[in-house]
Amino acid sequence: MTPDGSPPAASLPQPNPSRRRSDVIERTLADISHALEHALFAEETARRNGLLQALDPRVKVLAMLALLLAVALSHSLAVIGGLYAVTLALAWASAIPLAFFVKRVWLFLPFFTGVIALPALFITPGPPLAQLPLGLAVTRAGVTTALFLLLRVSTSVSLGALLILTTPWNDVLKALSVLHVPDSFSLILGMTYRYIHLLLRTVSDMFLSRKSRVAGRLSGAEERRMVGASAGVLLGKSLHLSSEVYLAMQSRGYRSHSRVPGLAAFAMRRRDWSALLIAVALAAAAIVLGR
Amino acid sequence: MLNSPAYMHIPDGYLSPLTSLILFILVLPFWYRGVRSLRRRSNARNVPLIALLAAFSFIVMMFNVPLPGGTTGHAVAGALVAIILGPDIAVIAISIALIIQAVFFGDGGILQIGANCFNMAVVLPYVGYAIYRLFARNRPLTSRWRVAGAAVGGWLGLSVASLFAGVEFGVQPIFWHTADGAPLYAPYPPSVAIPAMVLPHLLVAGVIEGLVAALVVLYLQRANSRILQISGQVADAAGTAGNSARLGWLWAGLVALAIATPLGLLAPGTAWGEWGAAELAKMGLGFVPRGMETLQGLWGAPLAAYDLPALGNASLGYILSALAGIVLVAAIVWLLTRLLARAQAQQKP
Repeated sequence: MTPDGSPPAASLPQPNPSRRRSDVIERTLADISHALEHALFAEETARRNGLLQALDPRVKVLAMLALLLAVALSHSLAVIGGLYAVTLALAWASAIPLAFFVKRVWLFLPFFTGVIALPALFITPGPPLAQLPLGLAVTRAGVTTALFLLLRVSTSVSLGALLILTTPWNDVLKALSVLHVPDSFSLILGMTYRYIHLLLRTVSDMFLSRKSRVAGRLSGAEERRMVGASAGVLLGKSLHLSSEVYLAMQSRGYRSHSRVPGLAAFAMRRRDWSALLIAVALAAAAIVLGR
Repeated sequence: MLNSPAYMHIPDGYLSPLTSLILFILVLPFWYRGVRSLRRRSNARNVPLIALLAAFSFIVMMFNVPLPGGTTGHAVAGALVAIILGPDIAVIAISIALIIQAVFFGDGGILQIGANCFNMAVVLPYVGYAIYRLFARNRPLTSRWRVAGAAVGGWLGLSVASLFAGVEFGVQPIFWHTADGAPLYAPYPPSVAIPAMVLPHLLVAGVIEGLVAALVVLYLQRANSRILQISGQVADAAGTAGNSARLGWLWAGLVALAIATPLGLLAPGTAWGEWGAAELAKMGLGFVPRGMETLQGLWGAPLAAYDLPALGNASLGYILSALAGIVLVAAIVWLLTRLLARAQAQQKP
């Protein structure tokens, strides 16, 4: 952990930024290390001492859904902006570094939302607000639309991030039982998550070993063949591993009805109930005010 | 977020809650079908199988795939997973990968899980698989036709999925806007949203999807062709392998007809025998039957004259109406055959 609370540098090799031409191996390795870093950091913040970490995970799941719904249903920019401010306050109270929390949401927005929101400024019909060169005009309706998109997306992403950054993944899965998600489904989600980690490391090893055996540069066609072969090998490994895991589960007495253990450990205390009450009241108020 | 393939993962805020809800309900029967298809195979074995295949789908989405020309991109790999496992089980594996992406990585909205699963875990695998079967038929596992089928299946599968996403985006400003006309969710009308989604997918993302499916099938043919048999075994277990090839041709015909629908826009006049009272008078008929005159205003259809007036574009409204009709009829027939099959199965023992 670095002193300013930003995510630790990945233990996996970082891509060399000086290379201009795309290198599939390095890019994929970089993406994998990002994903692992992301998961490690979430595990770390979930163990900190903060407001949301102290709450029952079931309360957090329900509150997140209620607030997401409020953001989606509200027709008022001020209300959605207010909810975004609430997520920032909650992040601060939960010992999540604010700069990191804001950056994490707004850095990826331009890729999807910026591309879509920007032309909306000009295309949406309505009275012009400002005249620009080339005959373009920013319309009032255009600004409203673009703000709706940006605020809705950033607030929703922030709400999801708050849950994940303050709750261990296993607790999130157990909490799904309040939504009547079947136990077997939670079990599969939990196993998938664990195997994503395992397979990420497997792929990372495969690509590193390939990289260490390559002198010079692969041509585009060779790279494509390598990507196809890597995915094929990974598929074979996954299928093989699944039958081994099945045998291992069977030999330990697994039957098709399994329970996710540990749910009994959760008990609603007074602060959990009040948190739930506040969240639901906030969501309801946002929906009513945003009519 | 880190690993979005093009822009197929719809974030929260782009679709109205009602749209999300409808799409979620549309996915439910496919989840049910997938879970039943899994139960038909041995039960306990499925848990690790699905978990690993979902993890596999997740990771394949992270692979950087180089296109000829130097750009790289990501595939959803939905067609590939469907070719390996059959579409019924692929729905489950890809859905789980998408759910983990949405909840854990913020990639795609949590309230849009239904919409994203509908586009990428239902449309993509089913379309991709149907096209693959058309090419593969009963050809040997190492046939080049299978590679071609995987390529075309991935390419068209993702393109059709993007068409659905475009329609989902396009209907937003029609139904949901503020009092002064500013759209509340995705801002563009269908005439902008549909081409903006479909063209990049036809030209880039779909090509990557097809490339990944074809490359992996090619590799498996050389190295591990047993894996290519799995989807056939699943179909055998369901007892539909023989019928599905013939049904495939019927579906292909239906799709061809649907694609030809816009031809109807070129024809002038009204279909023969479907004249309204005004048209009858214009044709020189001296009188209009009184019953017809009084009855023709009785029933106002929801899509009158196959047009959505709010769209402001008659041709587009016509095509969307046709699409809505096909989906509705197919859903009703599917439901009826399900009910009939169940009734028969209950009578048998």
